[in-house]
Amino acid sequence: MGASPFTAPAIVAVTLATVAIGVYGLRLARTTSDFLVASRSVSPAWNAAAIGGEYLSAASFLGVAGLILKHGVDVLWYPVGFAAGYLALLLFVAAPLRRSGAFTLPDFCEARLRSRRLRKLATAFVIFIGLLYLVPQLQGAGLTVSTVTGAPYELGALLVGAVVTANVALGGMRSITFVQAFQYWLKLTALAVPAVFLALQWQADGRPAVTPPEGMTFMRTTTVVAEHAATLTFPDRSTMEVRAGEALTFPAGTPVPKVSGVASTGGFDWLLPGDDSEDRGLFATYSLILATFLGTMGLPHVLVRFYTNPDGTAARRTTLVVLGLVGMFYLFPTLYGALGRIYTPQLLLTGRTDAVVLLLPGAALGGGLAGQLLAALVAAGAFAAFLSSSSGLLTSVAGVISTDVLSRGSVRDFRLGAMAAGTMALVLALNVSGLDVSRVVGLAFAVAASSFCPLLVLGIWWRGLTDVGAAAGILVGGGAAVAAVLVTVLGPPLSGWPGALVTQPAAWSVPLAFTVMIGVSLSTRARAPVDVGRTMLRLHAPDALRM
Amino acid sequence: MTAPSASPVRVRVVLAEAARQRAVLGSARAELAEQTQVGDALVRGLVRAQLGLALRLSFVVAVGLGGLPLLFVVAPAVARATFLGVNLPWLLLGVAAYPFLLGVGFAYLRLAERNEQDFTELVQRPER
Repeated sequence: MGASPFTAPAIVAVTLATVAIGVYGLRLARTTSDFLVASRSVSPAWNAAAIGGEYLSAASFLGVAGLILKHGVDVLWYPVGFAAGYLALLLFVAAPLRRSGAFTLPDFCEARLRSRRLRKLATAFVIFIGLLYLVPQLQGAGLTVSTVTGAPYELGALLVGAVVTANVALGGMRSITFVQAFQYWLKLTALAVPAVFLALQWQADGRPAVTPPEGMTFMRTTTVVAEHAATLTFPDRSTMEVRAGEALTFPAGTPVPKVSGVASTGGFDWLLPGDDSEDRGLFATYSLILATFLGTMGLPHVLVRFYTNPDGTAARRTTLVVLGLVGMFYLFPTLYGALGRIYTPQLLLTGRTDAVVLLLPGAALGGGLAGQLLAALVAAGAFAAFLSSSSGLLTSVAGVISTDVLSRGSVRDFRLGAMAAGTMALVLALNVSGLDVSRVVGLAFAVAASSFCPLLVLGIWWRGLTDVGAAAGILVGGGAAVAAVLVTVLGPPLSGWPGALVTQPAAWSVPLAFTVMIGVSLSTRARAPVDVGRTMLRLHAPDALRM
Repeated sequence: MTAPSASPVRVRVVLAEAARQRAVLGSARAELAEQTQVGDALVRGLVRAQLGLALRLSFVVAVGLGGLPLLFVVAPAVARATFLGVNLPWLLLGVAAYPFLLGVGFAYLRLAERNEQDFTELVQRPER
C-alpha cells in the first residue's frame, strides 16, 4: 500500500496541535483545582464534545469498522452498546454522581460508604480497567503508524506510547476541555467527509453488491504480502500454498480466496444475524449488550469528566448531548466496514481488518489527489482518537495512582504515576498485537460492568448498601471478570461453551456481582453508614434547593 | 438550666413550643435539613419516583433493543427482510438504534426534571 504523501504531515500536525494547546492550557491553569474551577463555566455542549472526544477511542475509530468487515451484522452491537452506555449513565448515575462531589470512583466509595479499605479496592480496579483500555489504544497507534508509514508495529506503539506518557507526565494534556472537544469534531469530520466520497464512488462503480452471490472478488489489482505460511482456498476449491514473505498479486476481478487460520465470516453469515452455533451466539450477543450498556459508567476517564459540570441538571443535559454526539459518530464505521468488503477484501486475507478505515479511501478512490487527501484526513482522525483517549485514560489512572498508591498526590507523584502506568500499558501492548482492538475494549467494559456498575447503581439508589457488601460484590463479580479476561488474553484458545462463557463473561458476572453485593449487604445490615439519609438527600435533592 | 424554680421553666417550654410550631409551619426544607421523619419520607418519595422512572425507561430499551437478537432467532424472516435493498437488521442496529436511544434519553430528561420540580414545589410551598 503506497502511503499518501500528506499522511505524515497530517499526523504530525494533529500531534503538534494537541501538545501546543496542552502547553497553552497548562500556562492558563497550573493545578487540577484551577482547571476544575475554570471548567465550571463550560457549557453542556462543549463539555459533551469533550467527553465524546475522550470516549471515541481507537476501538471506535478503527476497531468497530474492522470487526464489521470481519464478522458482519452481529458486531453492530458493539457501537450500539458503546452509545447505549451513556443512556444507562444518564438514567442511573449522572445527576446523583455529580451532586455527590466525587471526582473519581475511589472518592465515591469513601463519600458514600466511609471506608478506606473499599477505597483501596476500587483503586486497584480503576488501575486494571484503565490499563486494559489503554493497551488497545497503543495497539491502534502502532497499527496506524505501521499501516501508513510501513514502520514495524512495535516502533509505532513505542513511539506513540512514549509521546503520550511524556505529554501527560509533563501535564500538557491535563484535563483540557477544548482540546478534547476539538478532537471530537476532528474525528467526526475525518470519518464523515471521506464517507461521502466513498458513497459517491460506490455509486459511480455501479453500486457493487456487498455480498455478491458468487463470492467476493478483488475490485482492483491488489498485491498482498503473506505474513505467515498459509493455504489459500479459492471458490472453485483449488488450493495454493504460500510461504511467509511471499508477495501475491491478484488481478482485478479475481475471486477472493479463504485463508487457513484467519477467521472470517462470508456471504449470508456476514449479512444475517446469528452464527453457526445458535444458542452460544445468542449468549455472546446478550453478554456483549450487558457489558457495553452497563460498563460505560464504570470507566475511569468517563467519570472524571462529569465533575466538570456545574450541577446535577447540567450533568444530565451533558450526558444526553454526549449520547447524541456519540450516536452520530457511530453511523459511519458501519459504512466503512460494509464498503471494506468491496474495496479492501485483502484485509480479510491478512486478518488486519482493524486497518480498514485507514486503507479504504486510498483503495476506493485510487491514488489521485482526492484519495491521498482523504487518506491523510482519516489517518489524522485516527491519531486524534488514540491521542485523546489514551491521554484521558493515562491522566485518570495516574491521578488515582498518585493519590491512592503513592498517597501524597503531589505533582511529582502524578508524574511518577503517569510513567508507571504508561510503561505498563506499553509492555502489554507489545505482547498482544494479535488481538482485535475492539475485543480487548469489550473485555474492559465487562470488568467495569461487573465491578463499578453495581457499586454505583446500588450506592446511589439503595440505602442498605454496606462497605462489606460492596467489597464482596466487587471482589467476586469483578474478580471473576478479571479472571475471564486473563484467561482470554493469556490462556489457550477455548471453544464451545467454555469459550463463550470466558470470552464474553458479562452475562454471568454482572448478575453475580449484584447478587453478592445485595446478599452480603443484607447480612451486614448493622454496618450501613449512619448518615446514609443525609447522603441520599445530597445525591437526589434538586439543585435548586441547594441542600 | 438546672434551677428547679417553677416559673422560668414554664416560660422556656412555651417559647420552645412556639419555635417548633413555626419550624413545622415554616418550611419542609427545615424538615429535610434536620432529617426529621417527614423530611426522610419526602426524600424517600423522590428517590422512589426517580428510580421508578429510570427502571420504566430501561424496560422500554430492554424490550425495544434487547428483544432484537431473540426476534432475529425466533423469526428469521424478519432478519431476511429488506428495506430499500438493505437487510432490516442492518437498518435497525446500524441506524435506527441511535435516534431511539436519544429519544428515550430525552424523555427521561424531561420527566426527571419534572419530578424534581414537583419536589421543589412541595418543599417550598409553605413559604409562599
